[in-house]
Amino acid sequence: MKRVNSKILLAPIVDNNPIILQVLGICSALAVTTKLSTALTMCIALTLVLACSNTLISLIRHHIPTHIRIIVQMTIISSLVIVVDQLLRAFAYEISRELSVFVGLIITNCIVMGRAEAFAMKNPPWPSFLDGLGNGAGFSVILIIVGTIRELLGSGTLLGHVILPLTRNGGWYEPNGLMLLPPSAFFLIGLIIWVVRSWKPAQVEAPEFRIQPAHNLTEVGR
Amino acid sequence: MSSLASLFITAVFVENLALAFFLGMCTFLAISKKIETAFGLGVAVIVVQTLTVPINNLIYQYLLRDGALVWLGLSDIDLSFLGFVSYIGVIAALVQILEMLLDRFFPALYHALGIYLPLITVNCAILGGSLFMVERDYNFTESVTYGLGSGIGWALAITALAGIREKLKYADVPDGLQGLGITFISAGLMAMGFMAFSGMRL
Repeated sequence: MKRVNSKILLAPIVDNNPIILQVLGICSALAVTTKLSTALTMCIALTLVLACSNTLISLIRHHIPTHIRIIVQMTIISSLVIVVDQLLRAFAYEISRELSVFVGLIITNCIVMGRAEAFAMKNPPWPSFLDGLGNGAGFSVILIIVGTIRELLGSGTLLGHVILPLTRNGGWYEPNGLMLLPPSAFFLIGLIIWVVRSWKPAQVEAPEFRIQPAHNLTEVGR
Repeated sequence: MSSLASLFITAVFVENLALAFFLGMCTFLAISKKIETAFGLGVAVIVVQTLTVPINNLIYQYLLRDGALVWLGLSDIDLSFLGFVSYIGVIAALVQILEMLLDRFFPALYHALGIYLPLITVNCAILGGSLFMVERDYNFTESVTYGLGSGIGWALAITALAGIREKLKYADVPDGLQGLGITFISAGLMAMGFMAFSGMRL
């Protein structure tokens, strides 16, 4: 594979991650991560839709009139999502029930629209496909991390298998109920952002307001 | 009547679209730097939500659901798989119409809300509201109440977060958490606050 292409594929995983740097697609990242199995399903569904929509939109990019491009993109994306939704209902009904409205919400997942606008409208199909896969992977990495932590600490299981035996079943692990509730997802993503930005300081945002350093503190205060 | 009031309160506080279901998060985090803009966007969401949820409800009840086409004499047609395309179409079209109407008849309001309207088409809170309405099988009055309530809940959440962020600007935040990181953590704390409402029954 050419160097440029592998860069398109790999950059979104850490350096330009859709969730923690581009701030796209957060809704589903937070909502479906109480269990690892739903998080995995969501990753696969989103990556599929993203890669296909990027490719399709890039194929017809010279024929879409600028004024109505949002509607055209929406139609393509929602048709793809309908296909995914029907497939899930047919072959994984339980998981599709647990994901409830969040499969449908892939349509308004900003990653899909954002990449279509930012990348697929300007680039040929093959790089667009890779960009879709790469951003899907970047999204998946975060979802899998959050899903693993929440399921492991919240109910002591991974993919339904018991890892940490719970006290109420005669084991030793007292589950952390907070992990199953919405706020924990915010905290976990906030902490992941902290870790990644300490590792890659280039991603740190400049503060809007600098607190003035207290020059005299050493002389007066102490 | 009391069941409608209960539905309304539940939609505003207990099942807050932003803080309990994480809908509309992208806009929620991106547009919450200033109270005024956050409030403007919140009002726009209330208006669009109160219109789209009932309209999608009518479309679902009379066109898409299993056996909905009885009035055409076609009793065994189930078009519910067309749901996503229809709802997003309705939302996109309605936002466009609303923008044109506001521009023509209420220019002042248009200037206040105009810039937020295009953002609303891709706000998952709007589509999410319609999808929850279908999933929970609300009737028409319930869908009006739910649309209004969930819109108000979302507006409340984003205005509150903007208030917190305006104060947070002056806080000494660790470098890695600057900006997005600390916003996530404060949204998490707000979500915890809103959880105090859960289990509330009217």
